[in-house]
Amino acid sequence: MKVMVVDIAIVGAGGAGLRAAIAAAEADPALNIVLVSKVYPMRSHTVAAEGGSAGVTQRHDSLEHHFNDTVTGGEWLCDQDVVDYFVAHCTEEMVRLEHWGCPWSRLADGHVNVRAFGGMKIERTWFAADKTGFHILHTLFQTSIKYPAITRLDEHFCTALVVDDGRCYGVVAIDISSGEFTFVAAKAVVIATGGAGRVFLQNTNGGIVTGDGMAMVYRHGVALRDMEFVQYHPTCMPGSGLLFTEACRGEGGILTNKDGYRYLQDYGLGPPDPWPRNKAMELGPRDRLSQAFWHEERKGRTIATRNGAAVNLDLRHLGAKKLRERLPQICELAESFLGIDPAERPVPVRPAVHYTMGGILVNRETASTLTGLYAVGECSSIGIHGANRLGSNSLAELGVFGKVAGEAAARCARSLPPGPMATLKKQADDVRRRAVDLIRNEAGGERLAVLRDAMAQSMETGCGIYRLDAQMKQTCHTLAELKNRYRRLRLDDTSRAWNTEWLAAIELGYQLDVAQAMAHSAFARKESRGAHSRLDGFEQRDDANFLKHTLAVYRADGPPAISYMPVNITRSAPGKRAYGAEGEHLEGYRKEQTQGTNP
Amino acid sequence: MIAAEWAAKRRVTVEVLRYRPEQDADPSLQAYDIPYTEGMSVLQALQHIKDHIDGTLSFRWSCRMAICGSCGMMIGGKPQLACQTILRAGEDRPLRIEPLKHFAIERDLVVTMSGFISKLESIFPFIIPKTSRATTEGEYLQTPAQLARFENFSDCINCMLCYAACPQFGENPDFLGPGVFALLQRYNGDSRDGGRERRMELVHSEDGAWSCTAVGYCSDVCPKHVDPANAVNQNKTNSAVDFFFRFLPRRRSPEREA
Repeated sequence: MKVMVVDIAIVGAGGAGLRAAIAAAEADPALNIVLVSKVYPMRSHTVAAEGGSAGVTQRHDSLEHHFNDTVTGGEWLCDQDVVDYFVAHCTEEMVRLEHWGCPWSRLADGHVNVRAFGGMKIERTWFAADKTGFHILHTLFQTSIKYPAITRLDEHFCTALVVDDGRCYGVVAIDISSGEFTFVAAKAVVIATGGAGRVFLQNTNGGIVTGDGMAMVYRHGVALRDMEFVQYHPTCMPGSGLLFTEACRGEGGILTNKDGYRYLQDYGLGPPDPWPRNKAMELGPRDRLSQAFWHEERKGRTIATRNGAAVNLDLRHLGAKKLRERLPQICELAESFLGIDPAERPVPVRPAVHYTMGGILVNRETASTLTGLYAVGECSSIGIHGANRLGSNSLAELGVFGKVAGEAAARCARSLPPGPMATLKKQADDVRRRAVDLIRNEAGGERLAVLRDAMAQSMETGCGIYRLDAQMKQTCHTLAELKNRYRRLRLDDTSRAWNTEWLAAIELGYQLDVAQAMAHSAFARKESRGAHSRLDGFEQRDDANFLKHTLAVYRADGPPAISYMPVNITRSAPGKRAYGAEGEHLEGYRKEQTQGTNP
Repeated sequence: MIAAEWAAKRRVTVEVLRYRPEQDADPSLQAYDIPYTEGMSVLQALQHIKDHIDGTLSFRWSCRMAICGSCGMMIGGKPQLACQTILRAGEDRPLRIEPLKHFAIERDLVVTMSGFISKLESIFPFIIPKTSRATTEGEYLQTPAQLARFENFSDCINCMLCYAACPQFGENPDFLGPGVFALLQRYNGDSRDGGRERRMELVHSEDGAWSCTAVGYCSDVCPKHVDPANAVNQNKTNSAVDFFFRFLPRRRSPEREA
């Protein structure tokens, strides 16, 4: 096996991984940093983010508002000290991206423009038309090229961490083009592998979003935190799940049911006018909008399409000119995949899985509980998203905490000695043997796609927009059964070069572990909060028993062990979470209570 | 809903170019018969084959929404994104799906990308600030008109369809090519950038803009309407101007300070 000795190995070359690599290279240009990614950097799923990234810029906005929108949106399951750090550094990161060339959309005077987003009191979403993630990713990738300290292993697929005596010493990766293995020995490892939305059936995620980093770390005893919180984005294409950005509504789009009625007014988000209005109706938070769809469907007020129930996303009143300028990709998607011009006809949409709020437990410095191991971005749980992520916060997170992770990894790499190479190489050889066994397994007869689809269907049924005890239990049971069947997986492809069936099989192993963490965490949380909503006697939030983070810890021969840890609440006490008129009323009341303290 | 219509069991045949380096001496076509559903993309057809018929078929894909740039291939002889190309039923001949033209095949529909990446890396694809600025000083001002001068070129998704369309790249694999020229022009045209002079050396070179024979097919096939042919043309003009000005006494405008 090839051995590559470096200072820092970063797994995943999306927004978080690239930002971490640049930060590490700037912290110490003498470091040897390698970016390991199963795809070329510009294919990473950051590319698909559309609407924008948060950063306070307007005079009438404040860090306090951003803090409150985030903590309230997350239904008080956010660590408030981390949120404080986050909101204080978002704008700086957005400006840095601007300096690196990100083509942010502008005002006539040349300043960067911002738009409205769901659950947001004042407009603070920086945007590059409706391809913000695409532009951030390409800007970061291209900028990374100027740092000689950064080398890349493109199209290298990580199969496991190498851990000895409580410290992480690197990763084992397959060169996809040849099937050969490399042990990347590193003093510090940063996991930046993104989310796990592909464990669900209908999702907005690319095929690569399979929870690889979460599972690799989980298998070494690091807890996955708050995994039951999976965000459904309310406006996605029926069938494929492709995303129609929240910016559609930020720009003034409305949602109507089969009667042309703006149904959100029936779910505590009204009144409908005046429109557009922040934190009301279509600019409510994602969890509430997805839940409203669920109820409309059961009331028989949705529209039947060949890919299931939908409601109408109506953008016609924005006019062709504004649509082409602000939402060009949305127009293109509607035209290519649905044959609809949004200036002429409403677009059918429905909720689909979009984002994993939970992830690898890390502290404020992005450090995990394993020495030398860091995690950042969607794969991590640093504590800013709580039970429901505020739109625009995920792209900002990549910048703010990508920088923190890169700098922390650089400090770690400079301070720690290299590992016991003979022991590590032996471990890496074991990793290779296990991975190769998957190809050679001739005992079984299980087909990959059958198991994968059964997993995704079971997650959709048991861990969907609303959850029931019996269904969650069934999903837990199904996942255990699928893990057994996975041992009898039989591949068609026994070759090594570009054997994507083999890689998908390893991914399925990752997905099953992550899905188990989600389902068991959900089953154990006997309350409703944010994206975790139950209809089986636990419809209310229960702060007395569940104002705490869930921890799922891996067990090789059974379901994860579930435990809890406290949430760090510094100054925003849990209260009622309200939007629309009720929210406006509450806000006025709170203002009276805290008159004069507004920053 | 007319269930019967949607459930109609129509089938379609596609021919896929197969090449497995560990067992095949040469590439050859393989036909697959698959169930057809209205609105199905070529990518979904390939996924159906891989999932249910033949797990050995290899191809790149990810986002499914024409933004990650992974799934470029020759579909019916034309470079297209598999995710964005809708399959049609009832054609006379089976649809042929092949790897992108002008690139080495690694396996099946997967081609070698490293040459393209090296070119992309070679053109200083990052802002070389005209005037440096700290983040505490806020953003550079850039008017919508200044943004419009390069925005189109910044939309390139690196799918390489334009390379498969470019006869010149077919002849000379060292030609920088349309996509990389679009990227080069994206930075040269950016009001924040002062790195034009460094990049122009590549434009003047043997494998630079003058290699282009102005066929324009690159712009026809671009799925994002980037118009790389226009980027190459602008560089021909710039290169000619530079060539002319080098016979005059040197007087550099501030815009062209590196």
